[in-house]
Amino acid sequence: MFVWFHKLASPPFFYRFAEKLAPWLGWLSLLVILAGLYGGLWLSPPDYQQGDGFRIIYVHVPSAWISMFAYMLMAAAAAIGLIWRMKLAHAVSAAAAPLGASFTLLALVTGSLWGKPMWGTYWVWDARLTSELILLFLYLGYIALNHAFEDRRTGDRASAILAIVGAVNVPIIHFSVTWWNTLHQGPTVFFGPKAEMPPSMYIPLFIMMFGFMLFFAAFMLKRLQVEVLQRERNTAWVRELVEQS
Amino acid sequence: MGGYAVYVWSSYGIALVIMLANAIPPGRQQRRLIKELRRRISNGDRPE
Repeated sequence: MFVWFHKLASPPFFYRFAEKLAPWLGWLSLLVILAGLYGGLWLSPPDYQQGDGFRIIYVHVPSAWISMFAYMLMAAAAAIGLIWRMKLAHAVSAAAAPLGASFTLLALVTGSLWGKPMWGTYWVWDARLTSELILLFLYLGYIALNHAFEDRRTGDRASAILAIVGAVNVPIIHFSVTWWNTLHQGPTVFFGPKAEMPPSMYIPLFIMMFGFMLFFAAFMLKRLQVEVLQRERNTAWVRELVEQS
Repeated sequence: MGGYAVYVWSSYGIALVIMLANAIPPGRQQRRLIKELRRRISNGDRPE
């Protein structure tokens, strides 16, 4: 098992592995998301306070979750790249960034659209919203810094440091609703006697989160393949791959 | 939908757009890149 992990760090091995795996993950994510949408838009009952408006949760929460997960992945890969000088790790960071930024934007926009009818405002500078916005800026900063240098390695290293330093923001986002008095609601209790949401509502939510994870995995792998091709374009294995296709 | 329709459907619509914007380009870039590399190899392969 460990040997296989080691092989995965080799760009040509990884590239061929991703080529096979990504389509499966992609199509599976579509199925899972469709199932989640059916549960969330059709099967789950309207909320007693928010009516059908609460259904934004089925895109808002999965996006927010992915935005944070992707950032931690990006930061971890950056650290691995810096510490062990693994070029594939830096490619992982670079591939995760645009997807992570997209989901951060989606979380912010869907949150805004949810806030307008429910809170009466599209935006408020409370701790959660502000720290999520900062996360978006960190992603954009990472992408800009990564592309700002002639030398690929310098770009990777500089942006890696930004990714790692910015990682402190993720627990801040997560705990913001507990540490501060926020307009954004606190963590929802799903299970036990004080549960705030019935299964008919939270099961589609978990399904959507899983579907979004699969989507992220599939298209991060695709982007990673493009990154690897670009970075390794002068190598023998790429030459062989290109000639064979 | 209790007046929330525009907000709910806009959210799902934007989600769809953003997800398509992340799903479609990588495949295209990959094919374009392979084509470009093949052309460069057959042209005599000037590494950059």
